[in-house]
Amino acid sequence: MKIVVCIKQVPDTKGGVKFNPDGTLDRGAMLTIMNPDDKAGLEAALRLKDQYGAEVTVVTMGLPKAEEVLREAIAMGADKGILVTDRVLGGADTWATSQTLAGAIRNLEYDLIITGRQAIDGDTAQVGPQISEHLGIPVISYAQKIQIEGDSVIVERQYDDRYHVLKAKMPCLITALAELNEPRYMTPGGIFDAYNAEITVWGRANLVDVDDSNLGLKGSPTQIAKASDKVRKGAGEKVVLDPTESVEYIVDKLKAKHVI
Amino acid sequence: MNIQDYKGVFVFAQQVDNVLSGIALELVGKGKDLAKDLNTEVTAVLVGSGVKGLADELAEYGADKVIVVDDPELKEYRTEPYAHALASVINEFKPEIFLVGATAIGRDLGPRVSARIHTGLTADCTQLDIGDFPINPVPGKEQLHNQLLMTRPAFGGNTIATIACPDFRPQMATVRPGVMQKAPREAGKKAVVVDFNPGFTPNDKYVEILEVVKAVSDVADIMDAKILVSGGRGVGSPENFKILEDLAEVIGGTVSCSRAVVDAGWKPKDLQVGQTGKTVRPNVYFAIGISGAIQHVAGMEESDIIVAINKDETAPIFEVADYGIVGDLNKIVPALTERLKAELAAK
Repeated sequence: MKIVVCIKQVPDTKGGVKFNPDGTLDRGAMLTIMNPDDKAGLEAALRLKDQYGAEVTVVTMGLPKAEEVLREAIAMGADKGILVTDRVLGGADTWATSQTLAGAIRNLEYDLIITGRQAIDGDTAQVGPQISEHLGIPVISYAQKIQIEGDSVIVERQYDDRYHVLKAKMPCLITALAELNEPRYMTPGGIFDAYNAEITVWGRANLVDVDDSNLGLKGSPTQIAKASDKVRKGAGEKVVLDPTESVEYIVDKLKAKHVI
Repeated sequence: MNIQDYKGVFVFAQQVDNVLSGIALELVGKGKDLAKDLNTEVTAVLVGSGVKGLADELAEYGADKVIVVDDPELKEYRTEPYAHALASVINEFKPEIFLVGATAIGRDLGPRVSARIHTGLTADCTQLDIGDFPINPVPGKEQLHNQLLMTRPAFGGNTIATIACPDFRPQMATVRPGVMQKAPREAGKKAVVVDFNPGFTPNDKYVEILEVVKAVSDVADIMDAKILVSGGRGVGSPENFKILEDLAEVIGGTVSCSRAVVDAGWKPKDLQVGQTGKTVRPNVYFAIGISGAIQHVAGMEESDIIVAINKDETAPIFEVADYGIVGDLNKIVPALTERLKAELAAK
């Protein structure tokens, strides 16, 4: 079985968020990590490899520095890493990103493609389903359990108030939730392998069946009209009241906000 | 694509088990406002099996027109037939705006549809306006009017971006549930109902549903809750979480907790909010006996309203709370539960 896992290098926005004195985001001070949902997707692929035997190829699109997450993935147990990087791919929205990744994946053989549900910098959850659409294969989003049965994959797909057990014929694309599993650590042998591993680097010329008009900033249907650092809310009111008054205070506030 | 051919505001009227989801009515409400600004109509797109009866409810909440795509293949949500339904509706009726809820269904369906018809999709919007793009005139660039300006949080909620989709139609957005307001219900109001079936022929992209399990897993639970009653070490004991559970029950909320509570073995990890737990954004977050370590705050500061109860007036939780009460949770919480019980019973 051949599995392709799409991963992204992201700033560590959760917990490790750093701010400048003026309250804006201090991006330079933030560490980069493998996006958590993607790491769960990689772990899911590695478990399928352990259980059924598989070749796991990790693909990332980004700046040359994104090679770091490919090496981390190899240290965890992935077999091959492909970095898709090119100046003309910069500024891509989800449409152009999914076109790029689909164009790269068309070079590869695959039974299964796994992506994270969403990246913690953009939070869109769009790229996985969009890649599947460009490749003309089924998608199962929000996977919480994955099994293989013959030429099909059986997945528990989470919804708000239920889950569906779905069966799809491979090839198929699955998007993984960070809650899917607890990703393994890199092994010393894996780190050694990762250090020596050759990372394949692809640019625009390596993308298959993608028109220039669908790439980068120029190929992005959505455009940013305005972006601003969020004004942080800061402290509200603080009161010291006896219990009865406290209850009245809370109830008044909940009423004013139409909660009750 | 001739942009002038695209007219009207369309919304996806999500239903589950033939009951309209709240987001469907919220989108009709917001769609109505946008349609007014554009001097056009709002159309709800109802997709399912045996769902035509829901058209009246959509009409009473403001839909001018309802397009019904009714087919046995659409009984339970599956990506492919639903994407086919919406893409076919868009190709046939050519709306200028198409809104979908940012639910577990809509966040799967939206990108599949936008990729099929080649347009942009802005995720998880919290504000939608009609305006100019660019917002301020730029020399040498035509300023377009009557554009959908879609505003959303990004970077883990640390930045806010407003997005436009000037060159493609429809302008598509998924919209966060609970943010837009429903219009008041007008009993007896009718809409124009149009049946439309593009034909559904199963292929390899149709997945097979083996089982539908209607049990909420804890994994989804606290992330989807509208109200969270969250307890920390200050609650004192696992038994004492009873007073939080009582409050949660009365107000229709869910109990969650801080890391200290999980580390002490009082509650399972699935209920943990924070950096090493879950990130939650409920409408109301009660932080009860939670000191508010930065790792906890990172997981809940995006909540719409934060109410903190803590006996330590220097607790950092008060730095993010909208309403902070310095006091004894053992006295305040049970009294609050009783008061809310009476309040809600009177309604």
